[in-house]
Amino acid sequence: MHELAIATSIVDIVQAELAKRSLTRATEVKVVVGELSNVVPEALEFCWEVATQETPAAGSKLVIETRPVTAECRACGHRFAVENYSFLCPACGSGDTQQTGGNELYIEHLLAE
Amino acid sequence: MPKGALARAEGIVVQWGQALEEEKAVEINLQANVLGANAAIAQGLREEFARRGVYSINLISSPGAGKTTVVERLCALLKDKVRLAVIEGDITTSLDAERVARYGIPVHQINTFGGCHLDARMVERALQSLDLEGTQLLLVENVGNLVCPADFDLGEDAKMVVLSIPEGDDKPAKYPATFRRAAAVLLNKIDLLPYFRFDLARVKRELVAMNPQQRLFETVATTGQGMDAVVAWLVDEVQRKQKAAGITR
Repeated sequence: MHELAIATSIVDIVQAELAKRSLTRATEVKVVVGELSNVVPEALEFCWEVATQETPAAGSKLVIETRPVTAECRACGHRFAVENYSFLCPACGSGDTQQTGGNELYIEHLLAE
Repeated sequence: MPKGALARAEGIVVQWGQALEEEKAVEINLQANVLGANAAIAQGLREEFARRGVYSINLISSPGAGKTTVVERLCALLKDKVRLAVIEGDITTSLDAERVARYGIPVHQINTFGGCHLDARMVERALQSLDLEGTQLLLVENVGNLVCPADFDLGEDAKMVVLSIPEGDDKPAKYPATFRRAAAVLLNKIDLLPYFRFDLARVKRELVAMNPQQRLFETVATTGQGMDAVVAWLVDEVQRKQKAAGITR
């Protein structure tokens, strides 16, 4: 359900962009998905064909790049890859950390004609 | 060169140009937020809440964790302390709104008719029939679901997640995005701990690691056990928000 809504939302944005530039067809859409974005790449791919049907993105290729969860410690400045969803700083143990990656959910580019 | 040959050559060049035009795929660098439309509406709501000094909670849990009972208990405990309003989100029925209305609290029921989460537009529409004038605290009860609601910003100040003991101690690990984004977690039905295999220490450890700034409450919404701490936190946040908006009462 959720991934279909996401796929539809991507198609809406692509369609608006094509119209703005007087282009008729998208051939490739690249999406960046963070590992903590709640979007399952496989499910999104599965929904892509359905969501693009009878739209200018029909038959287009969906390219998904996943991004890891990363954070930065405010106490010691250490930047780290978050493992097992633990945002405690592995260097100094502080809980005062800020997430720097992993929530991404955006369209990076599209190929159109 | 004979005229005919030149015309033919020109024709070939034109055709070649058209072919090039057709083959040329344009790369458009977009960098567009997939949930941008929702984010824009949520930002509008956030600004309105800030202007009015309304502290807003997005209440998330699985079905049956006790969200509505938490809302009811908060209504009973808070109604003499702060002016609150409630938005109820459900796939269908107005059962929850009816439960809340008994406390004399302004309430609006959203039905998503199959939708698994609330989005900012639904809240925006709900606010057309729910007058925020004078409201200090807005509780928005999302559709029972631990996945999608966390992704749709409703302009709230804080996400509050209810995890009940019978659901099992694996929920934070299974739904990390939701628990990571929760400013507060209520471990509800905590009185049932003796009857379930629920490793409380492990859950607490996992929650602290996921979000070290998170507030954790152990509650029994039906009896009110542990709810005073939740109330104290909310009253504090409401006062801060009202002050930031320059409202003194």
